[in-house]
Amino acid sequence: MDDLIVKVISKIIIPFMQVFGIFVIMHGHLSPGGGFAGGSILGASLILLTLAFGLKEAKRKMPHTISKIVETGAILLIVSLGLFGILSGYNFLTNGEAGFHLGRTGEIISAGFIPIATLAIGLKVGSTLITLFHTIIEED
Amino acid sequence: MIVFNVLLIVLLIVCAIAVERTKDLLSALIIFGAYSAIMALLWLLLNAPDIAMTEAAVGAGVTTILFVGVLSKTRRNED
Repeated sequence: MDDLIVKVISKIIIPFMQVFGIFVIMHGHLSPGGGFAGGSILGASLILLTLAFGLKEAKRKMPHTISKIVETGAILLIVSLGLFGILSGYNFLTNGEAGFHLGRTGEIISAGFIPIATLAIGLKVGSTLITLFHTIIEED
Repeated sequence: MIVFNVLLIVLLIVCAIAVERTKDLLSALIIFGAYSAIMALLWLLLNAPDIAMTEAAVGAGVTTILFVGVLSKTRRNED
């Protein structure tokens, strides 16, 4: 697809989609939404980039090697957060007693490791969606 | 408000039956996207905004695009 209107409009709209996705991810423990919803918005913005500018340009912006590293690194981050609870003498995925900063209710930096786990889930969902789409439309 | 709810549910049922009846698979995909959009609105009316957000992003957006990508590899018509 090589359409000027689609290219210009998606060049305007993609940064706002990504900012909204990051907003939904970072407010996952305070407001509706969370890791899966924000991550799928991020993945949808990258899919829009692929549809508007073609597979070669999108592969230059988001190569397969980087999305593979992000995907596996995010799940390793969640597992290591859980192991931190075991190392300090409590159960797997212990939050407050294991020494995470709980903060005040209603602020961004609060609720222990929940924002970090939500961020990891969002990165994993977004990179999984873009990897799936690139794998499907690739010419073999 | 009840009238709006009933209207949305009737549209949902019509969309679900039309997806199953349509022979052209691309048209069926577009109707399926409309089904997901109506479903997202219904989740919002049922006081579940996080599910509505996920349904609007995944159901109406990404699933439709993935199905179109698969459809471009195969035939467009059923039977």
